[in-house]
Amino acid sequence: MSALLEVKNLSVDIPLAAGMLHPVQKVNFHVDKGETLCIVGESGCGKSLTSLALMNLLPKKAIRAGDGILFDGDDLLKASHREMASLRGNRMGMIFQEPMTSLNPSFTIGNQMEEIMLQHRKVSRQEARDRAVYLLEKVGITGAHRRLGQYPHQLSGGLRQRVMIAMTLMCGPDLIIADEPTTALDVTIQAQILLLLAELQREFDMALILITHDLGIVARVADRVAVMYAGQVVEQGTVEQVFEQPLHPYTRGLLTCIPIPGKTKRGTHLGSIPGMVPSMIGGIQGCHFRDRCPHAFSDCLSNSVELRSIDEQRAYRCLLSPEESARQAAAMEAAQ
Amino acid sequence: MLNFMTKRLFVAALVAFTVSVIAFSLLRLSGDLATMIAGEDASAQDIEIIREQYGLNKPYHLQYLDWLGDGVQGDLGESMFYPEEVTALIKDRLPNTLTLAGLGVLFAMGLAIPMGVIAALRPDSWVDRTALTIAVLGQALPGFWFALMLMFVFGLFLRWLPISGNETLAHFILPAISLGYYSTPAVMRLTRTGMLEVLNSDYIRTAHAKGLPTFVILFKHALRNAIIPVVALSSVQFGNMLGGSVVTETVFQIQGIGHLAWESISRNDFPVVQAVLLLVACFYIVLVLLGDLLNAWLDPRLRVT
Amino acid sequence: MPPSDTKVAGKGLGSLPDDDDRGVPSVESVMQPDAFTMFSRRVIGHRSFMVAAIIMITLIIVALFAPVLAPHDPLGQDLDRRLMPPVWNEAGSWTHPLGTDMMGRDYLSRLIYGARVSLIIGFSAMMISGVLGTVMGVCAGYFGGKVDMVITFLLTTRLTLPVIMVALALVAVVGGSLNTVILVLGFLLWDRFTVVMRSATMQIRNLDYIRAANAIGCSTRRIIFSEIMPNVLGSLLVIATFEIAHSILLEAALSFLGLGVQPPTPSWGLMVSEGKDYMLFDPYLVMLPGFAIFLLVLAINLLGDGARDILAPENRN
Repeated sequence: MSALLEVKNLSVDIPLAAGMLHPVQKVNFHVDKGETLCIVGESGCGKSLTSLALMNLLPKKAIRAGDGILFDGDDLLKASHREMASLRGNRMGMIFQEPMTSLNPSFTIGNQMEEIMLQHRKVSRQEARDRAVYLLEKVGITGAHRRLGQYPHQLSGGLRQRVMIAMTLMCGPDLIIADEPTTALDVTIQAQILLLLAELQREFDMALILITHDLGIVARVADRVAVMYAGQVVEQGTVEQVFEQPLHPYTRGLLTCIPIPGKTKRGTHLGSIPGMVPSMIGGIQGCHFRDRCPHAFSDCLSNSVELRSIDEQRAYRCLLSPEESARQAAAMEAAQ
Repeated sequence: MLNFMTKRLFVAALVAFTVSVIAFSLLRLSGDLATMIAGEDASAQDIEIIREQYGLNKPYHLQYLDWLGDGVQGDLGESMFYPEEVTALIKDRLPNTLTLAGLGVLFAMGLAIPMGVIAALRPDSWVDRTALTIAVLGQALPGFWFALMLMFVFGLFLRWLPISGNETLAHFILPAISLGYYSTPAVMRLTRTGMLEVLNSDYIRTAHAKGLPTFVILFKHALRNAIIPVVALSSVQFGNMLGGSVVTETVFQIQGIGHLAWESISRNDFPVVQAVLLLVACFYIVLVLLGDLLNAWLDPRLRVT
Repeated sequence: MPPSDTKVAGKGLGSLPDDDDRGVPSVESVMQPDAFTMFSRRVIGHRSFMVAAIIMITLIIVALFAPVLAPHDPLGQDLDRRLMPPVWNEAGSWTHPLGTDMMGRDYLSRLIYGARVSLIIGFSAMMISGVLGTVMGVCAGYFGGKVDMVITFLLTTRLTLPVIMVALALVAVVGGSLNTVILVLGFLLWDRFTVVMRSATMQIRNLDYIRAANAIGCSTRRIIFSEIMPNVLGSLLVIATFEIAHSILLEAALSFLGLGVQPPTPSWGLMVSEGKDYMLFDPYLVMLPGFAIFLLVLAINLLGDGARDILAPENRN
């Protein structure tokens, strides 16, 4: 299958008074047409900055570098401001974390939805309005006509996020990037929104990059998973591969932290990963996870650990072989 | 919202009432009115007659009520210097002051808002620093001196503009600049901080993510939100300019209420002074309320349903 | 990698989207020089503050030692030597370095004594308005309720009054003199003190430790003086500088309009007023005193701005 988006060695650097911060370090992944890729990791692992880097929406002082961000064959790293603007909102859309603040308080929902289509398509305001109504109904908003005349503050957080989703769909994009779209919402609404997103992804046949730390959701919606830790992708593969047979100690740690419906057995003791994420100012030698890794040994400190591909889908970043890794994990579990 | 507005209106009325008491007291403080009206060499009998005629022998609170009652009906008494009613005098002078203050606000906003926006777009650049320098220097300029300098350079030296009187619109240019310049620093700072805050907001990022052109993002999405507090401020500044017109009108010899106030104060013509004072205060009260209303109109979040 | 470095990364990320750094311990206190060294470094490193401080100190010295520094009697008229130009003019002479005015008085001496008038009025008016405004603000913030309502109402009323008109009228009623101007300005310019002190007091009053102090039976007065005052001293200082500047500008305007300090006292505002009729041929008569006001007010404002930066560097934008 041809990749819709291919990210090659993407890095983000941010100069700070204390030194250069490297929140994203040579990240590689790809997304195929119509598939869902979940990027998983804790807060501060660089997953959000990675997604902003794809859209070229990084904070001003951040520096983006890499060997390429190929979107349908075009390198976004080389795209001009104008070219980028014509892609954004048109062929690639983004949904943000904070629905409460992501809509402009001074304009109506209708105005904000219509303007995106008027910008990218040669349509009349009426056509844009019809499309907005259609999509608002699609995302499960009742009384869509009435909503068009309302202002964001008149809607709840869940509704606003639905509006954001509908707005992103206005031009029928090929790719949607959703950056933790539900963290700011009530727990009861979170699953609804994510499942809605997955449903729309299938219906409109879009590719979806979903950034989340909710592994339960990943298990339900993802085709493939990329796990990030301290600015690097530490493991990627299909959702079955990663959940059935995690190869990186961090992934394994994550999976024991969170109960996953249908996967976690009753009575299992939920784990936690001790320690803290290392500072990403300056370079880190060796494996980023070694301070928290139960299997760390002397080589982890000295050698730089590269991402090793097993096959086209599967890669991980650890010095242990898959077999050795699995053996040690089993031994630890037995010891508990 | 309605409840809130009612409360605001009640407070505004109470403030206006207090100001009227202050204005009234000022007149009584200035000395014995009957003597003033009668003139210095009037006989004691004449003074007594005048006292009777003007109701000045009544207790103060009754005198106040008389004055207020007449005032509400548009009769603010008679000037001691001009052979005219105070109301007529003010009616005559007010348009000049309103023109001056209006042009002053226009000048202030026209200069300060673009500067604030540009400064916010490039924080810490030379544009930003120049704008901030102008603001800092502007706040230290004595208004009357700045007015004289403008007069000197553009009126006397370059001879581009008239320097005194109020016959044509050109007569108002220098005065409006000198009056308006005093408001630029505040308006500029508010625009700048507002723009900086808005430009860092999530909805501006959303607008970028929608692929909108930069000028739409700046002028539709950002400025619209940043301008809200500026509008309210400008309304208040307009009120301040009415008060500040004393200096400008005196320097440029514009026949407005500020100049009238100054003349009347110098001549102890206190019926005029108290009327102007009350008028300017009432304008201020109305303008502050208007600023709030404009805010509510511009910001949908305040337009509570 | 020692764990104590982590906060540095977290701090920088604060402004970026997503990356919250909950649970990362703060180690900001580690490795910082002591507070006083940091403070003096901030003072010295603040260029405009230093420049303003130098101008201010110079002007205060000039005002204090006016009798020593002034070459002539500021009131001494010499009608034979009227309107002599300053020394940089061909016709100027070193006897009167900045020339003489229309009454033949030495302009430099008048300017030097003028600094006295401005500074005295600025400081004294600020002291009155400062005490008045602070007491009102603290009362409103501390007691809340009806007290707050009344004070807020007074504040609204005061803001409604056009300062310069009221000041002119009051001076006219009472009669212009240095003391009247000080009193009138002092009783008119308390608003900013009240606004700031009211909200600061309210904020602090609602902090847990003040409630705790109240709960263990500390007296109200003690709480105000030992807890609230030290906390708001910084902002108080900043407003005080701005109010000095404000008073100086207003005094100049009042005197310029003839209803402030009365002649022959050398007030800068009055000097501009006296000189304005001669502006076309002797512009220095207007330029010099006006520029003196500008310089003094600018220095005071820069001191205030600088003080704000130095006292609360995190609030800079």
